[in-house]
Amino acid sequence: MLGAVATALVLSPGWHVIRTTFFSWHYFQVILPSLIDAFWLDVRLFLIVEVVVLALGLAIALVRTLTAPVLYPVRLVATAYVDLLRGIPLLILLYLIGFGVPALGFSFLPTDYAVLGGVALALSYSAYVSEVFRAGIESVHPSQPAAALALGLTRTQALRHVVLPQAVRRVTPPLLNDFIGLTKDVALISVLGPQEIVRVAQISSDYTFNYSQLVAAAIVYLVVTLPLIRVVDLMRSRGLRRQNALVLM
Amino acid sequence: MSVPVLELRGVSKYYGEREVLGGIDLTVEQGCAVALIGSSGSGKSTLLRCVDLLEEIDDGDIYLDGEVITDPGTDPVPIRRRLGLVFQAYNLFPHKSVIENVVLGAVRAQRLPRAEAIAAGHELLARFGLAGRERDYPDRLSGGQQQRVAIVRALMTKPRALLLDEVTSALDPELVGEVLDIISELKGDGMTMLIATHEMGFAREFADEVCHLDGGLIVERGAPERIFSEPAHPSTRRFLARVLRSERA
Repeated sequence: MLGAVATALVLSPGWHVIRTTFFSWHYFQVILPSLIDAFWLDVRLFLIVEVVVLALGLAIALVRTLTAPVLYPVRLVATAYVDLLRGIPLLILLYLIGFGVPALGFSFLPTDYAVLGGVALALSYSAYVSEVFRAGIESVHPSQPAAALALGLTRTQALRHVVLPQAVRRVTPPLLNDFIGLTKDVALISVLGPQEIVRVAQISSDYTFNYSQLVAAAIVYLVVTLPLIRVVDLMRSRGLRRQNALVLM
Repeated sequence: MSVPVLELRGVSKYYGEREVLGGIDLTVEQGCAVALIGSSGSGKSTLLRCVDLLEEIDDGDIYLDGEVITDPGTDPVPIRRRLGLVFQAYNLFPHKSVIENVVLGAVRAQRLPRAEAIAAGHELLARFGLAGRERDYPDRLSGGQQQRVAIVRALMTKPRALLLDEVTSALDPELVGEVLDIISELKGDGMTMLIATHEMGFAREFADEVCHLDGGLIVERGAPERIFSEPAHPSTRRFLARVLRSERA
């Protein structure tokens, strides 16, 4: 497959143009150190946002699975949050928060674009991740919490020791999938201006009328995302095997 | 006469408009075993779930050791800690090993020191022929072994009464015996039990009283010898004729 694409590229009528504008070894070498430097910002941002997304997503999912009638307003807010943030394109959310929050003029609010970009990412992804958690929680059969309650555990203990461990195990592959998405979407904060990898590559591209820097950025990304994707695949096939083994018993 | 361990007075339960329990009066004395027989949907399981406060009743009262447990506002958690419920489908926690299943209630609900709970768990497991299986996960056990673990799990909290909900119905016929042996052993120990069962031979041999439920009502009750040899109520006669025919087949 890859070979076919490469062959088609090389045999294409425009190959000599493509080669110099997308695959210039010179520009690769020149830009790579600053790309790796800039990528550190993406990595840090990804790690911080991921932790926030996990915590916030789980909290929202828990609120949405509460059944007490008095908590209806809280559930309503959580539902509205998830619906709204899943319905807005991430790019628009980045602009709204990135340029809107500083314009408010409150001195206690952050004005750093990387931070604001991270906030937008966390808001958007926590809405998705909360749905993944919720699906996991709802997939645990009601007989499981019933057995925990029958032992004399409180509802919170039943959730903590019986429901959540099973739910999280089931949704680990889709969660990791969302995080592969997040690793790449972190690059979108470049629209706000922080010098992260895509921004750095793009600025250099604009100066040199050459796209090799963007290809180089893609390669840096792949070095991180490809192993991650393999790990997720491996976990998924392991999970499937385990499930099948259970069915056969 | 001493205070009965369990007493139900006029207990009614509705699912929407449908009446599932229509005013049940029932007494279980200390050390006695009361068997509930009746076709599927007659209300046996619901009755047990109501006694363990997993379902709210709509009318009547339930007493545990002479104390009403069904008043609105009563915290169900400490009540459930005084009762043990064993489910038809075992409801073991699949993500926990046998010993972790067994000690969860003791450690979390009864606040027993972990080492003490584990020692007690090992002892009980060994007593019921499960020595050496402590580290196994439930999916590695046969149905009979899983149900024995579930019974041990319920016994760990030293319940005042054991509620058994069709504990042999999900088992292959050759595994039923090993579970019934345990129950008769517990009866010998003086455990108070309320048993919903399809095993007529077992009810006849071990129950002190048999109650036939039909349509949410106890239509007939009495000593097992009398119920099985000369049932008085037409519906009990029909029910027994049906199950005894299928047991012979």
